[in-house]
Amino acid sequence: MTYQDRYPLAFRLYPYARSADQGAPTPAHHPVTIVGGGPIGVATGLDLALRGVPVLVLDDHEGVGQGSRAICFAKRTLEIAHRLGCGPQMVEKGVIWNRGRVFHDRDEVFSFDLLPEDGHRYPAFINLQQPWFERFLVEAVDRAKAQGAPIEIRGRNRLTAMEAAEDGVTLQLDTPDGPYTITTDWLIACDGAKSPIREMMGLGFEGRVFEDNFLIADVKMKADFPTERWFWFEPWFKSGASALLHKQPDDIWRIDFQLGWDIDRKAELEPGRVRKRVDQMLGPDVEYELDWTSIYTFQCRRMEKFRHGRVIFAGDAAHQVSPFGARGANSGMQDADNLGWKLAGVIRGDYPESLLDSYDAERIHAADENIRNSTRSTDFITPKTPQSRVFRDAVLHLAAHAPFARPMVNSGRLSVPSVYGGSPLVTRDALPGGPARSRPGASCPDARLADDSYLLDHLGQGFALLNLGATLPRLPRDLPVLGFDPRTEPLLAERYLGQAERALYLIRPDSHVAARWAACDAEKLARALARAEGGDA
Amino acid sequence: MAHLTLDPNLPNPDDAYEALIAAHDGLTREESEALNARLILILMNHVGDLQVIREALEAAKR
Repeated sequence: MTYQDRYPLAFRLYPYARSADQGAPTPAHHPVTIVGGGPIGVATGLDLALRGVPVLVLDDHEGVGQGSRAICFAKRTLEIAHRLGCGPQMVEKGVIWNRGRVFHDRDEVFSFDLLPEDGHRYPAFINLQQPWFERFLVEAVDRAKAQGAPIEIRGRNRLTAMEAAEDGVTLQLDTPDGPYTITTDWLIACDGAKSPIREMMGLGFEGRVFEDNFLIADVKMKADFPTERWFWFEPWFKSGASALLHKQPDDIWRIDFQLGWDIDRKAELEPGRVRKRVDQMLGPDVEYELDWTSIYTFQCRRMEKFRHGRVIFAGDAAHQVSPFGARGANSGMQDADNLGWKLAGVIRGDYPESLLDSYDAERIHAADENIRNSTRSTDFITPKTPQSRVFRDAVLHLAAHAPFARPMVNSGRLSVPSVYGGSPLVTRDALPGGPARSRPGASCPDARLADDSYLLDHLGQGFALLNLGATLPRLPRDLPVLGFDPRTEPLLAERYLGQAERALYLIRPDSHVAARWAACDAEKLARALARAEGGDA
Repeated sequence: MAHLTLDPNLPNPDDAYEALIAAHDGLTREESEALNARLILILMNHVGDLQVIREALEAAKR
């Protein structure tokens, strides 16, 4: 067949090259195959490869598609990217922001500061065009490969058919040189919201569709608006029912307008029509170029299960949210973070295969939380009944003079890492007076240390203990211990001790807290570790 | 934990009722709806207890 791209590329990163698998007399075998070279597929592949697992990533294009798309990347995502080797590049290129302001008509009704404290390596958020985010990940893959990490990305390799068995999956691939077949022990589907793998397996994707359209107009201009997220309900400039303004790198500004349900998409995308809306917002004298425009509708939905035997779904393929709250790509990166160490350990034979069911438990919990938050925001921005509109308007009206109404104003509750409090891997909190933010199931809050390194720099490989003045029990196996004196580490004391005098934390390879104690013995520690590794406890 | 009371709780119910009705004098239906919505939100915040609010919602549906 002739090989046609579905979209134009921003960066050509992994040009097609014929692989040895393609003329092999019997299908080549790969321990892990990932379909989809987007941010989640590449991050998952890189995580596995850095843990020594050979990974093949397949993408039906040769690089990253055009269009800024996801632009808001959260602190947790940057921390994960740091572990994967590309966090600093993202921050260097990105636009750092912490503050959001919400307006009704002309008046500011609510503002928020997402990171009101110091002592973290990464900011609350950066804005960065998705192609750049993906490019930095692929460049990190290239650097890891040069150091011997077993990962290969094959461009223009399109999955056309598959057969899943109990112990692996057979994949039929198409390329510019024709078709070939491979087999794999594990298939990770990172093939996006329209996931062809989900379709091929006949799996459902249930949820809610919202009846509204949003126009994205990314414009290039020199402007001195602050680097804050500005959101208007019923803006005075009347360019839409709501509007958003947010800065990206390279003098690009993201502008969103809410258009309503019954619209003529094609007409609304005509440059003249888009410019009219932008002019109304910015005023007649501002010079700008249209960089990228798009109209989107949105859904909140997820698969019933993310793991189907040897096929595991991650990112948009598994769950989809509306964009308010930046919970799409950011939650997908947390999927990758959650899956990497578990699958690597199962493949090495360190953990039982059933540990992978905890990926389902933890990431479905996270998806539900993201869907709930994103649905609430969407119901506020796009009220679904006349009565819900009356209450929404009442909140906006009250917010001008009644402080209690301001936190009800909901233009998006921005992505924070999920806490796996109810997970079967997590041991009940045994640190009276300990801070809620570092409770079992939470991802470890970062903290700058006395030697100017950061706590998270010391975590993220295997399980580890963080000891703040507690008596160390006999260790069940060789377990790295990070010991600090809380009297000389005020940020650790604040973020990990709270009212407690001493503490011992068991921390997972994804930097989530598995257990914490004021005092712990060898048996309790062994039990918590066994539980966190998916064993009987 | 606090519970919703459905027993008489206002010293002078006639005065309170009169004040509520008077607040709507001369308003259109839309204005009245908006006023009611603001009033509900203000009272909800004053109650300050989601459990009591849930009980009130249930009582109102009966």
